[in-house]
Amino acid sequence: MRLIAILITAVFINNYVMSQFLGICPFLGVSKKVETAAGMGVAVIFVMALASAASWLAYNFILVPLNLDYLYNIAFILIIASLVQFVEMFIKKSSPSLYQALGVFLPLITTNCAVLGVAVSNMQAGYNFIEAVINGVGGAVGFALAIILFAGIRERLERNQILPAVQGFPLALISAGLMSIAFLGFSGISLL
Amino acid sequence: MDITSILYPVLSIGGMGVVFGAFLGFAAIKFKVETDPRVPQVRECLPGANCGGCGYAGCDALADAIVKGDAPVNACPVGGAGVAAKVGAVMGIEAGAEERKVAFVKCNGNCEAAKSKYEYFGIKDCEMEANLAGGSKLCAYGCLGDGNCVRACNFGALRIENGIAVVDEEKCVACGACVKACPKNLIDLVPYGSPVRVQCNSNDMPKVSKDNCSNACMGCQLCARNCPEQAVAITNFLAQVDYSKCTGCGTCTEKCPTKAIKHFN
Repeated sequence: MRLIAILITAVFINNYVMSQFLGICPFLGVSKKVETAAGMGVAVIFVMALASAASWLAYNFILVPLNLDYLYNIAFILIIASLVQFVEMFIKKSSPSLYQALGVFLPLITTNCAVLGVAVSNMQAGYNFIEAVINGVGGAVGFALAIILFAGIRERLERNQILPAVQGFPLALISAGLMSIAFLGFSGISLL
Repeated sequence: MDITSILYPVLSIGGMGVVFGAFLGFAAIKFKVETDPRVPQVRECLPGANCGGCGYAGCDALADAIVKGDAPVNACPVGGAGVAAKVGAVMGIEAGAEERKVAFVKCNGNCEAAKSKYEYFGIKDCEMEANLAGGSKLCAYGCLGDGNCVRACNFGALRIENGIAVVDEEKCVACGACVKACPKNLIDLVPYGSPVRVQCNSNDMPKVSKDNCSNACMGCQLCARNCPEQAVAITNFLAQVDYSKCTGCGTCTEKCPTKAIKHFN
């Protein structure tokens, strides 16, 4: 039950983009088309599941025994960056078709703060290994949901006549704000 | 203060950095993917507009396909013969000469000539207007003038003039983006500088097309019968020019009662 609660909380209630405002850069940058947004979403799910597992292991087996837990930020950045690099190389070699689909997004995710955010929130909430991975996957699914919905909205906005003053990014930010207000509705639910 | 409280963090974080760095360096060698050195060379020759006119996802994808042999060296419609020669030099293949093409809008149903069915007040998008009873023009084949082709063009070669789309042939690179964007399939790629073209796409019966638009081709056969080269043929009440036979003598354009077949250039 607790695992399901963590998953739903991560996807809807504590949605990384809509209620914690993490990962805004790719959220605005790669949301012009639903197709690319979906690719980005899948890549983030993949990386966040791996990153939350790797950072949990590093935190609990390296940093805590050495009393270095105050260095978690630096350590997590190091781990996530090298993990993403390695995954990119591995996919390029082992599965060219998967690389075609996800490859362009992987370097972008290296510096995605939602990935660092999930590692930090796992640590702060004191999750065990399985809970941490579930939280990572849930957070990434929430990111994918938000970016795909947002890309759908932006595709429709393209077809309309828009005031020149708010064309492009201003309108994108306004619609992102409205979406965020809609997601605020979930905050009334408390599962954990 | 204990020296270990500095030493441990430096050693562990530094150690992690060294281990990850060595691991990545090892992985880079272990998982190295052999790429053909000609791919970046071919990519250098291509224009880099990523317009997709060749049918591939972009210039990188085309360079890949050319080196693999999936695409001919002159596959880039934008670069034309110049780029084809350069790519051919990289690949060691002689590039065949390709004639330059330009987009051409087969409609002259401007605001004065074409009658309208209703007044359209919706979103300015050809596809949306076409969904409303085939658009606001009485002629079901004509240009709607909402500018989907203008928005599709990466090179600023199209504009809407008096309610219909017009191509600037000097700017057009024949990438074909507008051809795909037009919901009425009105845009064709024709040889650059071809003298005579039919500026109509209506397959309606003569009486109907004449009532709908004063610039329409009615399929009256005058052009086909008078052409000394037999370069014009009528199919489905619409004249079609065979550009390989046409000499540009202009007989057909003089005979045409509605001036649907016109002299260009």
